[in-house]
Amino acid sequence: MSKSSSYTSAEILAVLSARQLKEGQVVFAGIGIPLLAATLAQRLRCPGLTILFEGGVIGAFVEPGKLPPSTNDQRCTKRANMVLGSADVLLLLQRGYVDVGFMGGAQIDQYGNLNSSFIGDWRKPKTRLPGTGGGNDISSLTDMIVAMKHEKRRFVEKVDFITSPGFIRGRNSRAESGLTHGGMFRVITELAVFSFDDEERRMKVLALNPGVTREQVQDNTGFELIFDNNVGVTEPPSEHELATLRSLDPARQFIA
Amino acid sequence: MRRCRHVACRLTFRAGVSVTADLVQPYRTLRDNLKRRDRSLREKVVSLEDAASFVNDGASIGIGGSTLSRTPMAMIWQLIRAGKKNLSCSRCIISTDGDLLFGSGAANHIVSSWFSQGILWGLSKVMRHYVEKDLARYDEWSHMAMGMRFRAGGMGLPFLPMRSMLGSDVARIRPEVKEFDCPFTGERLLLVPALNPDVALIHVQRCDAYGNAQIDGLQFMDIDLALAANRVILTTERIVSNDQIRRAPDHTKIPFFCVDAVVEVPFGAMPHECYGTYEPAMDHLDAYVAQVNGDPVQGMRDYLDKYVYGPKSWAEFLSLIGVEALVTARRQGESIFDV
Repeated sequence: MSKSSSYTSAEILAVLSARQLKEGQVVFAGIGIPLLAATLAQRLRCPGLTILFEGGVIGAFVEPGKLPPSTNDQRCTKRANMVLGSADVLLLLQRGYVDVGFMGGAQIDQYGNLNSSFIGDWRKPKTRLPGTGGGNDISSLTDMIVAMKHEKRRFVEKVDFITSPGFIRGRNSRAESGLTHGGMFRVITELAVFSFDDEERRMKVLALNPGVTREQVQDNTGFELIFDNNVGVTEPPSEHELATLRSLDPARQFIA
Repeated sequence: MRRCRHVACRLTFRAGVSVTADLVQPYRTLRDNLKRRDRSLREKVVSLEDAASFVNDGASIGIGGSTLSRTPMAMIWQLIRAGKKNLSCSRCIISTDGDLLFGSGAANHIVSSWFSQGILWGLSKVMRHYVEKDLARYDEWSHMAMGMRFRAGGMGLPFLPMRSMLGSDVARIRPEVKEFDCPFTGERLLLVPALNPDVALIHVQRCDAYGNAQIDGLQFMDIDLALAANRVILTTERIVSNDQIRRAPDHTKIPFFCVDAVVEVPFGAMPHECYGTYEPAMDHLDAYVAQVNGDPVQGMRDYLDKYVYGPKSWAEFLSLIGVEALVTARRQGESIFDV
């Protein structure tokens, strides 16, 4: 067994997410795995990837070992092309300059709606979560990649609260709500890579991660999954991908 | 188009009364308030204590910066020491400053897009304690909605249209927003109401005695906030001469006539960061989070006693954070300019 088969869940999330990005894209990235994965893609294959942060940054090259504690800190501006106001960087999404939005998620449902606001009834919540930040704006206005931990309590049939809209109630409901562009493109977990089917807009398994079975994915999901006709198996992270990733986060702040 | 007319009429008829009156300040009031302010080119340097007297109990306060960045912490610290009550505070993203405002009783209402101590530490137990027990209110808006609300306020308009938040529960539970069909295209848009805080608190790297403020790096929503507010208190790392401002007017982000008070407070955003000057005091924040999340009531009380009510001055508060922490934070802060 090669050394590369040993990696944490966070590491495979970051590596598989990075592989979804393409050279030349403009990516709006959240903190944690999204920032790390976008930076990893930039270092490995996509030197022309432009990373936007909600703090008001265009074209950052975050320094290895100096990962910012949020997307609103000075470390986010390292080697950037431009800093601007937070409302203005979000308005770039609305104008259509952003190819991909890239976030983590606390709870997701079969239509790709994300909840980061309330566990339980919002009027009397069991847990008040921090809220949307820029998540609602990003997911309302562009194509989304979400990287998150795969647990049954996080993959639910219907989220308690739609903080960041996916396909809402499926079919045309997103467009009918007034969200004419964007939507869930990929969900990446430590078990599999997902897309959404064209008709119902429900979550669909595109590829299994190395060593993971269909049953394992279904057992850890709180709703019935669609499986693509040609479900593939993802290439494991390479030594090079892992080494580059680990050099970005030597303190293992986000990849532990 | 029918729906559009309906909404437009309702907005017209309600202008200045009922729901709209509570939410959006009438244009005439905004103009009258501005007319009464002394907008002349005059020196307005005061102490933290004097600046706190600009804030009345129950006022709406706009807080500049974002998350852990350029938080006007010394001013918030002083408002808590002065025993302010029932403030309604808005900030694009609020963190440990929100904890302190709730925990001290200075604020009972926060308007923001995100409220926790910081992504590194997970959920704020202080926020959870106050919100889940219904002791205080946290109204959630999207980040862009916060921006559009301050911008509308700064533009002298009652609302702005936008395309996010539609279809989500964030909009569904906000009675203040209106869905609207565009009169030109028929597209569905969301209208968010202007936010014109009574007082804005903004921390900057440097300004002159008149209040011409230069902001390095990330400006967040501070320019819109300064224009929107009915009064502005600037705290600054350094007061510089007006000649120095005039040498680089393109660096000036907030004009003096928006500003009502200037307070010089070195390390005034501590334990948060100030771009190019210092990074956050992370050890202090780690210890803070452990203490208040360990016990959001007693832990917070102890923190306030030691770090807010205890010190005789802001300098004494800084000495509690410690010289070593300040030196480290300063070195890291200035390193952003290394090539």
